[in-house]
Amino acid sequence: MSTLRFSLISVAIGLVIYICGHLFGMGYLFFAGYTILQFIVLSSAWNILGGYCGYVNFGSAAFFALGAYSTVFFYKFHPLPIPLLIVIGAVVSGIVGLGMGYLTLRLRGAFFAIATLALAVVLQTLVINWDYVGGSRGAYIVREETVLILGYPIQYIEYLFLLMMVIAIFSLVISRTIGRTQLGFGFATIRDDELAAEASGVPTLRLKLIATTLSGALMGMAGAPFPYYIGYLQPASAFGLEYGVNSIAMPIIGGTTSWVGPFVGAILLGSLQQIATVTISSAVNLLIVGLLLVAFVIIAPNGLVGLVQDRLRARRSR
Amino acid sequence: MDFPFELLVNAIVAGLLLGGFYAAVTAGVSISFGMLDIVNIAHPAFIILGSYIAYIVNISFGVDPIIVSVVMLPAFYLLGTTIYQIYYLSFEKRGQESLRGLAFFFGLLFVTEVMLILVFGVDYRYVEAGYIGPSLHLGNIDFPLRMLVPCLVALVVFGLLQLFVTRTFTGRAILAVSQDQLALQLMAADPIRIKRIAFGISIATASLAGALLVIIQPVEPSVGREYIGRVFAICVLGGLGSLPGSLVAAMLLGVMESITATFYGPSWAPAVAFGFLLLTLAFRPAGLFGR
Repeated sequence: MSTLRFSLISVAIGLVIYICGHLFGMGYLFFAGYTILQFIVLSSAWNILGGYCGYVNFGSAAFFALGAYSTVFFYKFHPLPIPLLIVIGAVVSGIVGLGMGYLTLRLRGAFFAIATLALAVVLQTLVINWDYVGGSRGAYIVREETVLILGYPIQYIEYLFLLMMVIAIFSLVISRTIGRTQLGFGFATIRDDELAAEASGVPTLRLKLIATTLSGALMGMAGAPFPYYIGYLQPASAFGLEYGVNSIAMPIIGGTTSWVGPFVGAILLGSLQQIATVTISSAVNLLIVGLLLVAFVIIAPNGLVGLVQDRLRARRSR
Repeated sequence: MDFPFELLVNAIVAGLLLGGFYAAVTAGVSISFGMLDIVNIAHPAFIILGSYIAYIVNISFGVDPIIVSVVMLPAFYLLGTTIYQIYYLSFEKRGQESLRGLAFFFGLLFVTEVMLILVFGVDYRYVEAGYIGPSLHLGNIDFPLRMLVPCLVALVVFGLLQLFVTRTFTGRAILAVSQDQLALQLMAADPIRIKRIAFGISIATASLAGALLVIIQPVEPSVGREYIGRVFAICVLGGLGSLPGSLVAAMLLGVMESITATFYGPSWAPAVAFGFLLLTLAFRPAGLFGR
């Protein structure tokens, strides 16, 4: 399937979901759906670096929060339309990703992982001490009731849902395209044996920098509309550990080798968490995510996609 | 206005005491990350677990937290060997330790933290002991016993660990295991067993560090996260696997943090360790004392 056709089909499916939700007037669907879409973006973004290249990023929350806080900054400075803010969030997080990668990617993988954790805390401290964006008290974002699109007034949450849908499709297309091009093969050589790749002339550092920049930019895009969604942004919620753990758990539970894994993982785990948050409590749902993560890394290292592939292969050989 | 010299001296002394405590927190990671090459980012979560155990026994029976933690050492050692066994069978043996091993420890960190939140809630907990209130005075310099006792305990632990790894056969084998497993087998030592023992010791130190932590400051489940950056910063700065190096790096970081907190406000202190770590990784990844 060509990239164009894949994108068109994704957009069509997205529109059908939106229209169904709109016709049945389910406000909660948009509210919950936004979170799941956001996780699709975060887990696909994480997988570009983590799954394709094999470099673990624990600081997804940092890139996400960078996007969110650049929105807060512009909200205070001079309000801009959200699509523009999404682009700004992508640029800011992408640049930080590039700088971060440049500082640490020449080292062993473990150092990069630890440095990403460190980045999250440094940025959180900076934001807490930066009064202009609210400091530790947080910032309120006032949004309008409705927004005009092509002359039709629609609910603001529906607008945000649509935007996040666009970002999610964008990140899936990027992630899928990388997997099928030379870039993806380059990434795979880094994951499998970096020394051998370097020796065979693969420009490993440049590829890794491309991966961190892309991955960071996508996470920033996911974060940019977040202040408008939540209405009140404080450092603890933007930098929450649940973003870090979810964007690792979802690809690993789904399977890290292609774009399908993070997508499946985000939908399953995202829906499960929405249900658990409503029916049990939010602490329990985080416990579920953690336990699933540990169980999957031990028992099913290739995730759900890997399990299905093994099953198919076994049937074929029979 | 002349320079507040007295304030500076007090900040340095407080930093050295704090650094001693940081050294105790780092000891476990120095062993697991520095010597065994196991990136145990869940270590701070085990420290918090140690804090809560010390807290429960202290509140219910009034036992001194340090004594509790010494009694708990074998339990933590067993926990450590169990975790290593799982880690070895699931990741090291299959050669997948890099990505999945990291995710495994990240999951452990997360699960431990959420379990503690579910059981104890997010309230700050603190212990009671005779030495928590008073302080010694030496001229104008204060030595709060609350800081002095943990620092001294940490130094004793560090001394014992250093003696262990340099003077005993098992200790030397631990130093050797990361360098050459085959050579170790030729010396009739099983590398897996040596690693298991070392990882057990590494987690056992978390029990002590936890008790010291709860003496120094009130504890809630997510406090551990602040220590992830600190311990790895110290570990890298001190040169991986070098216990004396970590001790010096811990003191250095303690002093830096204490001066930052005194002159710029405590809300900036967490960034010091992480900033330090980023700079070290970028410019001197072998650490201050590495080759």
